[in-house]
Amino acid sequence: MIQQAFFGYFAFAITVLSLLVITRKNPIHSVAWMLLLFFHIASLYLFLNAEFLAAVQLIVYAGGILVLFLFAVLLVNIREEMKISRFIGAGATGFTFALALLVVVLISLRSFIAAPPGIYTVDLIQQETHTVVLGKILYTEFLYPFEVASLILLVAIIGAIVLAKRRLKG
Amino acid sequence: MVPLSWYMVLSMIVFSIGVFGFMSRRNIILMFMSIELMLNAVNINLIALSHYLQDMRGQILAFFVIAVAAAEAAIGLAIVIALFRNKATAHVDDMKEMQG
Repeated sequence: MIQQAFFGYFAFAITVLSLLVITRKNPIHSVAWMLLLFFHIASLYLFLNAEFLAAVQLIVYAGGILVLFLFAVLLVNIREEMKISRFIGAGATGFTFALALLVVVLISLRSFIAAPPGIYTVDLIQQETHTVVLGKILYTEFLYPFEVASLILLVAIIGAIVLAKRRLKG
Repeated sequence: MVPLSWYMVLSMIVFSIGVFGFMSRRNIILMFMSIELMLNAVNINLIALSHYLQDMRGQILAFFVIAVAAAEAAIGLAIVIALFRNKATAHVDDMKEMQG
């Protein structure tokens, strides 16, 4: 019962906060609501026994990506932004498309059949601790994708510098 | 015990909100934030499935999604800055040079 109540609170808060993020006129308000949203999502991860990912969510999203967004928002002229409409002319089409997508996937969810459960039970993870289990899989079975992910981050660093640097004259 | 389908429905609602934001916001930075919203919805789904199916691979996948989201945010905002340098606007409907 108390679990359902907790989940209900988090589900309600996440839905309302994500609606607030995409409907605020001032982009800085959107970033602020998004910070709160990321904290709620991290709490939901804790609720699912994924404490390492909750920490990563806070560090990477709240600490890294949101700061980047805040820097980019500083480029926007907020005073001009407050004057014009926040949605483009095709906004109604976007709303219809999103609603249709939601309905179709919710209908198809009813035919979802879960796979047979694996070996990583809650007891095993509690015994070995979550980070150890995650690290063991990451550095054995998923070593090659892990290296590819590091390459992607390297390319992103170089690409961001090349794209954002000022062109030298002459 | 909270059923798995509740998490999937929550994830789908957040994803749809992200799709709506991406397709209808005028400001390009808000469009990027909608993409982050969609990626977070996918992560909720992956971690919930990983917990209920007792398989850690879903969490590994969520980990990679977070890494790619960080790269995507850096590149995307660099593109926004490059656009600002050329057009001095953040509105997608002002960028219509490729329209015939």
